Amino acid sequence: MDLRKIDDNTWEIPAQGEMRVPAVIYSSARLLTDIRRDQTLAQARNVACLPGIERASFVMPDAHQGYGFPIGGVAAFGLDEGIISPGGVGYDINCGVRLLRTDFTETDVVPRSRELLAEIFQEVPAGVGKGGVTKLSRAVLREILTRGAEWAVESGYGRKEDLERTEERGRMTEASPEDVSGRAMERGIPQLGTLGSGNHFLEIQKVHEIYDGAAARTFGLERPGQVLVMIHCGSRGLGHQVATDFIETMEDAFGVAGLPDRELVHAPFKSAEGQRYYRAMCAAVNYAFANRQMIAHWVRDVFARVFGSAKGMDQIYDVCHNVAKVEEHDVGGRSKRLVVHRKGATRSFGPGRPEVPGVYRSTGQPVLIPGSMGTASFLLAGTKEAEALSFGSTAHGAGRVMSRHEALRRFRGEKIRDDLARKGIELKSTSMKGVAEEAAGAYKDVDEVVRVSNEVGLGRVVAKLVPLGVMKG
Amino acid sequence: MERYRILPHTADGKFQAFGQTLEEAFGNAALALASLMWDWTAITPKVRHFVRVTGVDREQLLVKFLGEVVYLFETRQFLLGAAAELRIRPLAEGLDLEAVLAGETLAPGHELFGDVKAVTYHDLKIEECDGFTVQVVVDM
Repeated sequence: MDLRKIDDNTWEIPAQGEMRVPAVIYSSARLLTDIRRDQTLAQARNVACLPGIERASFVMPDAHQGYGFPIGGVAAFGLDEGIISPGGVGYDINCGVRLLRTDFTETDVVPRSRELLAEIFQEVPAGVGKGGVTKLSRAVLREILTRGAEWAVESGYGRKEDLERTEERGRMTEASPEDVSGRAMERGIPQLGTLGSGNHFLEIQKVHEIYDGAAARTFGLERPGQVLVMIHCGSRGLGHQVATDFIETMEDAFGVAGLPDRELVHAPFKSAEGQRYYRAMCAAVNYAFANRQMIAHWVRDVFARVFGSAKGMDQIYDVCHNVAKVEEHDVGGRSKRLVVHRKGATRSFGPGRPEVPGVYRSTGQPVLIPGSMGTASFLLAGTKEAEALSFGSTAHGAGRVMSRHEALRRFRGEKIRDDLARKGIELKSTSMKGVAEEAAGAYKDVDEVVRVSNEVGLGRVVAKLVPLGVMKG
Repeated sequence: MERYRILPHTADGKFQAFGQTLEEAFGNAALALASLMWDWTAITPKVRHFVRVTGVDREQLLVKFLGEVVYLFETRQFLLGAAAELRIRPLAEGLDLEAVLAGETLAPGHELFGDVKAVTYHDLKIEECDGFTVQVVVDM
């Protein structure tokens, strides 16, 4: 494949053959070695062939092979001439991250981290096949799909201020439960308010290092040792079913002839099928916002029980990692509305964008990048440059380099737990096999991913966070 | 004869399933999928679910059939132990599949060790050569 080096962290596959635009890869030489090992670049090239794509098919530093679109891929399409694709969003719609600050310090939490984690483990359902605590009616589920985190706050889960500090204020207004199948609803009903399994986790973290004091203060971080809570999960079976349903709908309506990969199936954005998928996807996004809102509420409850108060446990932000959104971007010197697909990528809007909450508008939005289980996570600030570089997007995590199968062969869950314990990190999980699959060694180096992101200007690194306790589904 | 083989894949679950007939290969694919989440060999056929799906082609039929296993697990807590009476027939347009899925309802004592989110078309292959081989990647 013709891959040209633009600079140390930027590579390009020039538009050739059926590509309408080039593919642009933001990666260091080191990360590129991993990226080249699987189908990531071929997938980025396939995306560049889709109708209505603008500027380029972008690949973030943590990219790896996905279905159809690569994970860590960003692509934007014109609303009139472009498409929308479930494969460009992913199966776990609005898989995302929420970060809470606290007034507690490491000294408060470490002596009680075991108790704290055990309590959270009791309170937040997690693991394969684990249902939620509430049995929902379809009517309530429809309300959740329509109103997202807003529903959760009104129902007593969390605070109104949390909404201000959630992407889309916790609700995509285009959502329509009418476009969500009965099957998706059936899968969603028992799973609301659950963490799930796989790479989903909940961590008690501390600030390890602050790189940008002013931005950190704006986000609510004061000093190293300060305790935070990170929640990583998505729309569970409901979102997975929405994706499955609309892949089939689009196959039936538009066929798959000529597609290099059936997972690239798409519909014109303005077609009936495209619009129905968009509205159903927004509904799944809302479900995930409500899900994280409920979990955050339970975490505050546990802190209040253990420490007598959840004071200072304000939400820093909540971001989507798998989503398609209509946004305005500059294309050839003119502002144009585009449907931006971010699959395993985080929005990284800089200062001034109206989508960024008022409190952060002069800093840029908080960008939350979780590392693999038991390693570091990062808090970044969105940048103005990212808008020009990647439609305002950056990486979303470490990105896998090893199959679950291989990880199981190489790692033992119990050993990982014991190694973490020696470093003072408490780990609780429903499955030791699951722990082995998520071993840090199966992932790219998140420090390097964030370094590239920072150097390129996709996101400005603000602080490094390390875990004190990990709960894995 | 080997029923299926689990293959390495960066992010997810990938397997090949084999059969003398397409039906047998599909049935073994259902067991391969189950093997990513629970030990189907330890499941006895106490509960039965009749399933019927249609597909525009064999690939879609397989994705939808395997989707039933995921759906029944998440909504009925059903653990598949055997796929029986599989029958695939042509329709005027596309194909029709019927099967009886037998197994147990999730209870304390069952160990679950993976969560299949969705069945994908990525690298999906259905090959006929001395019987049938189907290859599937699932999102985990």
